[in-house]
Amino acid sequence: MSSPTLEKHSAALDAAENTASQMITATFRIRRFNPEVSEEASWQDFQLEIDPKERVLDALHKIKWDQDGTLTFRRSCAHGICGSDAMRINGKNRLACKTLIKDINPQKPITVEAIKGLTVLKDLVVDMEPFFQAYRDVMPFLITNGNEPTRERRQTAEDRERFDDTTKCILCAACTSSCPVFWNDGQYFGPAAIVNAHRFIFDSRDEGGEQRLEILNDKDGVWRCRTTFNCTDACPRGIEVTKAIQEVKRALITRRF
Amino acid sequence: MKIHKYDTVIVGAGGAGMRAAIESTKRSRTAVLTKLYPTRSHTGAAQGGMAAALANVEEDNWEWHTFDTIKGGDYLVDQDAAEILAKEAIDSVLDLEKMGLPFNRTPDGTIDQRRFGGHSRNHGEAPVRRSCYASDRTGHMILQTLYQNCVKEGVEFFNEFYVLDLLLQDVDGVKKSAGVVAYELATGEIHVFQAKAIIFASGGTGKFFKVTSNAHTLTGDGQAAAYRRGLPLEDMEFFQFHPTGIWRMGILLTEGARGEGGILRNKDGERFMEKYAPVMKDLASRDVVSRSIYTEIREGRGCGPEGDHVYLDLTHLPPEQLDAKLPDITEFARTYLGIEPYTDPIPIQPTAHYAMGGIPTNVEGEVLRDNDTVVPGLYAAGEVACVSVHGANRLGTNSLLDINVFGRRAGIAAAEYSADHDFVELPENPAQQVIDQVERLRDSNGTERVTEIRKELQECMDANVMVFRTEQTIKTAVEKIGELRERYLNVSVQDKGKRFNTDLLEAIELGNLLDLAEVMAVSALARKESRGGHYREDYPNRDDVNFMRHTMAYREVGADGSESIRLDYKPVVQTRYQPMERKY
Ligand SMILES: Cc1cc2nc3c(=O)[nH]c(=O)nc-3n(C[C@H](O)[C@H](O)[C@H](O)COP(=O)(O)OP(=O)(O)OC[C@H]3O[C@@H](n4cnc5c(N)ncnc54)[C@H](O)[C@@H]3O)c2cc1C
Ligand code: SF4
Ligand code: FES
Repeated sequence: MSSPTLEKHSAALDAAENTASQMITATFRIRRFNPEVSEEASWQDFQLEIDPKERVLDALHKIKWDQDGTLTFRRSCAHGICGSDAMRINGKNRLACKTLIKDINPQKPITVEAIKGLTVLKDLVVDMEPFFQAYRDVMPFLITNGNEPTRERRQTAEDRERFDDTTKCILCAACTSSCPVFWNDGQYFGPAAIVNAHRFIFDSRDEGGEQRLEILNDKDGVWRCRTTFNCTDACPRGIEVTKAIQEVKRALITRRF
Repeated sequence: MKIHKYDTVIVGAGGAGMRAAIESTKRSRTAVLTKLYPTRSHTGAAQGGMAAALANVEEDNWEWHTFDTIKGGDYLVDQDAAEILAKEAIDSVLDLEKMGLPFNRTPDGTIDQRRFGGHSRNHGEAPVRRSCYASDRTGHMILQTLYQNCVKEGVEFFNEFYVLDLLLQDVDGVKKSAGVVAYELATGEIHVFQAKAIIFASGGTGKFFKVTSNAHTLTGDGQAAAYRRGLPLEDMEFFQFHPTGIWRMGILLTEGARGEGGILRNKDGERFMEKYAPVMKDLASRDVVSRSIYTEIREGRGCGPEGDHVYLDLTHLPPEQLDAKLPDITEFARTYLGIEPYTDPIPIQPTAHYAMGGIPTNVEGEVLRDNDTVVPGLYAAGEVACVSVHGANRLGTNSLLDINVFGRRAGIAAAEYSADHDFVELPENPAQQVIDQVERLRDSNGTERVTEIRKELQECMDANVMVFRTEQTIKTAVEKIGELRERYLNVSVQDKGKRFNTDLLEAIELGNLLDLAEVMAVSALARKESRGGHYREDYPNRDDVNFMRHTMAYREVGADGSESIRLDYKPVVQTRYQPMERKY
């Protein structure tokens, strides 16, 4: 029993299975900062041999492990699921573990720096506390009244689909730290907090929508959004962040959700 | 050094740690220490689902689930614990739903369920739909939901605190837990947490393998801390190799892909699992499928220029089904391999996935210091622990279940314990061992590098103690690990600073991996049989007469300071299921 797809391989599959080494030399230009050493941040270049099919995270590891152990960044899962390693790569917010070197033009120096709008603590590590505080402020948990059912609450597949997109968020802060409004005013909740409020406001099981909308109606809430779409472009989970913010705004006007 | 006092301290904020925290915070003053921000924990990487015999889509019951768990674990499962797991599964899933978890739904609005490896109706008759899931990001949704509820309950977290030592004290001849010592990443400061009850929920240890689905941070810190303080580690030779990791990278592609109808094929396009498991086929248990894949590869039917992988074929499934049920893993194939799973099969190979063994506990989550004595005040839950509900091989979807059932149990038990007990006095200079360890590493001018030793360790483990093992390969590993441990004494780090010194922590983590790798290899060498995830080519059969028992490995320190591993054994709890030959 054989399947037709296995007989004629696509060029993409052939390329994926190609084991011949295709190492290139790339330059990584990394924004360094360590107040234990100097109050000034500066750029440092590293050259390394790397397979362009590897991730930027692999390159950072190679630098840390083989060249300079002081290079500091957060990471854990290495495949885009834990949200540890959002950084500015060639001027755009991305996850280092989800960005392949071949996709960011390794012919030129690749710049890597910490995400913007949050205080840099060392190299690529920023203070995440204000980000998580904004998240906690929108009451990101299911709020219900009345008695709990003995079995599960019912929810139709359509109702479940209504907020599917915003359940994907991994709290990586790529969106919030790409937002010009947030750069200028750290009081703004920022897109990630609104995404997580959206996830509950549009959950048919939730009864805390009014409370959350009031919080987001605040002067630092959704009305600050100027729909620049940076957040949507930045989101490594493909969440339509701007659309979610628009839906929350509309819910505030119509009080229907 | 700072000293803190809490009734209950939880080490780890993955699924097990946060499930425990939700219970324990309601009942006692609780601190959760975690080396990662809670939402970065590797529970978030789990994809496929969580088992519970809800019977929402077809007939099912917890007794069938118990049987499958025991059979899946090749009868090394403690049957009383498996029964609790399967029974409490149902409430455990319902609790998560009530906490807000957005499960996929059936047409009538109940929680949807799908097939998963080794889960069957009526004791192996046919696959059953038992896995409750949220698309292919069930673990993500569990982690998020638990974190959300921790926010709601006001759980107190100490983020980026690395626990490096466990403090035990003899009180009237009884060994009790007194606290833990942690290193604060941001500042390099050492903290001592004195607590009446402590729960270890620090996750797995897969990073001693090279090809693994585990995160960089899964370095067995909890197991190593307990082991160094003289507590045993149970069944460490049993490690699960998941059949479908992305070739060479190890990134997991959930078994749910086969649950949805995906098929494994060799280079001739043959559905080879029909040969090895005529009933369950691609959904046989993981150890069986992983061995089958390597048999195909060894016999020359592997794919690619080097014949070193096989294919996971999803091309016959409708794209809408892939989009709805498997969006993340198809995205992984696109991102990391550049292929289109609608039309291309995905190159895969087995990947080191899950530690069945760990810190031994009873069903209340209390840690054992030998075959029967508990350490009062000390608990463990989740992948760090060994209850044992997984025996020699864990069934898919049973770990997300384990962390919820036993995380909850440990959280309640620990908080109740701290409510009626006093603090145990801290030893003198409680942080000394950690201070010494940190300073030695920071000050060392040794010539050995962490990266080199880690690489050699990982390559050695992949080559010698993976899916197939023999006396020869395991001995090679034991010897190599011994050599690496020697070299580790001469390791140095480049970063000498205090602030966010991840260079230093990687060195400490490597020390943990080396200790645990040695325990694994030594335990595997002594087990002269094949059972579940432990397959000895020189002893290809299960040997119930001699090895129907759990391994208990202890660290022994001789009078001259030399270290060795002492192995002991613990009986398996059997209730109603007699061991049978395992066929799928
Ligand atoms: C890719 C993948 C997919 C999986 N899919 C499934 C599935 O579909 N179904 C299923 O049932 N199981 C699945 N599993 C298994 C399951 O996800 C894990 O076994 C389970 O989530 C482990 O949870 P945990 O809470 O024990 O540990 P983790 O979630 O790993 O959490 C460990 C916690 O401990 C903390 N920690 C670690 N060391 C220290 C230290 N020294 N000091 C302080 N804190 C520390 C970390 O910060 C973290 O918070 C999967 C596993 C993987 C890797
Ligand atoms: S919405 Fe996207 S970019 Fe923003 S925090 Fe969530 S996952 Fe990251
Ligand atoms: S390391 Fe987890 S998202 Fe990149």
